Amino acid sequence: MKIHYCDALVIGGGLAGLRSAVAANDKGLNVTVISMVPVKRSHSAAAQGGMQASLGNSKMSQGDNEDLHFTDTVKGSDWGCDQEVARMFVNTAPKAIRELASWGVPWTRIKEGARTAIINAEKTTIVEDPDVNGLIHSRDFGGTKKWRTCYSADATGHSMLFGVANEALKREIEIQDRKEAISLIHKDDQCYGAVVRDLITGELSAYVAKGTMIATGGYGRIYRTTTNAVICEGIGHALALETGKVALGNMEAVQFHPTPIVPSGILLTEGCRGDGGVLRDKDGHRFMPDYEPEKKELASRDVVARRMMEHIKKGKGVGDGKESYVWLDISILGREHIERNLRDVQDIAKTFNGIDPADEGKAGWMPVHPAQHYSMGGIRTDRTGQTRRKGLFSAGEAACWDLHGFNRLGGNSVSEAVVSGMIIGSYFADHCKTNDINISTNYVQEAIRMQDLELDRILTLEGPEDIFEIKARMQDIMDNKVGVFRNGIELKEAVTELEELYLKTNEITIKAKNKIHNDELTEAYRVPKMLKIALCVAKGARDRTESRGAHYREDYEKRDDENWLSRTLAYWRSESDTLPELEYEPLDITTMELPPGFRGYGKRGNILEHPDSAIRQKEVDSIRSKMVREGKDRIEIQEAIMPYELQREYKALNYRVGDRT
Amino acid sequence: MKSNARELTISILKYNPHNSNSRPTMIEYKLKERPGMSLFLALTTIREKLDHDLAFDFVCRAGICGSCGMLVNGKPQLACKTQTKDYKNGKITLMPMPAFEIIKDLSVDTGKWMNGMSKRVGSWIHTSESTDIGKVERRIDPEVAYDTFELDRCIECGICVASCATKIMRPEFVGAVGLNRVVRFSIDPYDERTDADFYEVIGDDDGIFGCMSLMGCEDHCPKEIPLQQKIAYMRRKMVNQRST
Repeated sequence: MKIHYCDALVIGGGLAGLRSAVAANDKGLNVTVISMVPVKRSHSAAAQGGMQASLGNSKMSQGDNEDLHFTDTVKGSDWGCDQEVARMFVNTAPKAIRELASWGVPWTRIKEGARTAIINAEKTTIVEDPDVNGLIHSRDFGGTKKWRTCYSADATGHSMLFGVANEALKREIEIQDRKEAISLIHKDDQCYGAVVRDLITGELSAYVAKGTMIATGGYGRIYRTTTNAVICEGIGHALALETGKVALGNMEAVQFHPTPIVPSGILLTEGCRGDGGVLRDKDGHRFMPDYEPEKKELASRDVVARRMMEHIKKGKGVGDGKESYVWLDISILGREHIERNLRDVQDIAKTFNGIDPADEGKAGWMPVHPAQHYSMGGIRTDRTGQTRRKGLFSAGEAACWDLHGFNRLGGNSVSEAVVSGMIIGSYFADHCKTNDINISTNYVQEAIRMQDLELDRILTLEGPEDIFEIKARMQDIMDNKVGVFRNGIELKEAVTELEELYLKTNEITIKAKNKIHNDELTEAYRVPKMLKIALCVAKGARDRTESRGAHYREDYEKRDDENWLSRTLAYWRSESDTLPELEYEPLDITTMELPPGFRGYGKRGNILEHPDSAIRQKEVDSIRSKMVREGKDRIEIQEAIMPYELQREYKALNYRVGDRT
Repeated sequence: MKSNARELTISILKYNPHNSNSRPTMIEYKLKERPGMSLFLALTTIREKLDHDLAFDFVCRAGICGSCGMLVNGKPQLACKTQTKDYKNGKITLMPMPAFEIIKDLSVDTGKWMNGMSKRVGSWIHTSESTDIGKVERRIDPEVAYDTFELDRCIECGICVASCATKIMRPEFVGAVGLNRVVRFSIDPYDERTDADFYEVIGDDDGIFGCMSLMGCEDHCPKEIPLQQKIAYMRRKMVNQRST
């Protein structure tokens, strides 16, 4: 049995994993990255619209800074996020984008002079100053005060992923693809790596390391209708959960993107609306201003998705019943703009629907309907990215250090992936530098043998069930009962049915008995893991009797700060369990920089307030006004209200052009 | 609708080089066509219902990740972007892309090849400068940034390599993907390499002088990158290098 030793093991080769690997390599560590697919094919590549960073270069982003990005992110999260993490993030994002520029990411740049933009469905002229010519541009996205989303046309994730992957190649970091981690190796509460299956030969081997990082992305594929790549099955989450000690945080916080194209569910970027595209109903009426007079199409994703569904439920959708959809109209942006800035959108609409969105009028409208898109929940870590198992870290979409709370803003995903790779990657490297591998070869070999026996056990199962059908039923349950609108009755049914399905995974028969090139066997060990994740989502949603961000309960429509300002923690204590155990971790209002309030979009008067909110708000206001009187700057004031720790190089000031800080 | 659905006949080359008993064999699968069916949906259905052992690669299924290149009725293209309705008689033949190491059936190791290519051409920014990431970024002409992006759009799907006659004659040929990558870095203002540096990498018949301008690469590139124009541009520059 093969054992591969390294200082740092990174599971997952998307933006977060690769950037973490670079961080560990920069500290002189021997890093190995394993990935199920060639790393440049990771799902990070599918991010289209852009990356939020408060550079404040362009006319429409002038005056932007970390404070505004922080406020937008916290409001977006519906106060579910960890505000200190949000501060760490917004302060590092400008550095991340500038680092990526130096690594060759071809960000779209500002051209001085006048240009035409569509704002609120009207042609507007924007004049860029000569002093910003050639600096990084930004576009508008939902839920933001400024145009903050930096981009390279609509292939931003692709360009970023190639940029970071190329840096990893340059550093000669060991990257092994077509390898899947199937369990973690741990002893005495410490993680020492993973048992890994080679997806070409089927061979099992062990990757033993001083520290292990899970950066495997989201769990969208527990749903049927999702924008996620087929590899986003939540297996990384399950590995952490199965240790029994590591919690998954806020798993019920699942984002539904407003504008995947119908019926394939392929994403059309929020940049469509950010650049001025509008949503229309069956009568061609632009309906979002009726619901959201201020932000219109550019409220946060959870709000826009719900408003679309609400409008469809009123019979205003195109087509009938469950197939009903609305139109996304970007034809008003003009062909030139689309063919330069939204070309992948045009390509997708042409290829999959035979529609050229640059065609004028109705001919160019694209059918859209909300679908699962992003996993706010994930492996619960502290602010350094470490879980309750020493040596086990997590970063990116896989993790819940808790930047997004109950709703992520568009443009904050790839931004988080890279930023967390920088910050957590560096903490992870520190851990690997100061810890040793303290397990015997025998112990490692036993870990491999256990997994081999588990595959044997699956192959000998004899029952009437089919693993592909179990998976399909799980996905239908999630779509139908744990979707955009949720209620107690359906969620209760969902938990019961998912638990039954979980038990049925032991009542299957695998037709072919070979251990490699046997897709049925692969599904048979993955699907029970996916069901564990689905159960964490459904049970978390069932028990959370409030509406917050993307988690919306028809039977509990209000955000309930008094009872539910808390993070859900799901544990799978023992392999014999069939349901996760839930605990709650309260969020402390008395230390928040931004105490809970109204988001500025969504329904008004929909909050059950916590008494501490007003008290803390007063406190914050008085600190601020006193310090303003004393002539303190915004950074000193922030530090006084909510101090936070961050590596010195990332905590440093971000300079802006003309020092418009 | 359902009763009218036609039957598709999809023939697939099955072969497992890791199994000494395996011989390349064409296997025929029949399935009902569904509205808007892509080869992603068709192949997934075959694997779920008809043949659990069939190997192929998909990741994004949206034409973005470059995983699913294969020969569809002899033409290399992305399977996820291929619609079954475009095949009038409902007969489709699928083979793995040539020029790459075969893993099994339709799955080929483009990842390994692309990593080799990337290392060979130095597919990263070569610079002696260190960047202070707290400071305002360097200014780049917006048109130059756009031109760089245009070439950066390559998704390393390998279709240009599988379409290339030179590659068949010269196994070490760096391919349009490699040449495009060199042009991409040569116009990127962050990269300090000179034409003389690039000549060292591609100034031979396995590089820029191997291309016979048959244009298979550009004809099939799913991202519609102007490969021939860029190769011609680089060839002119490299000819100048040779004469100096």
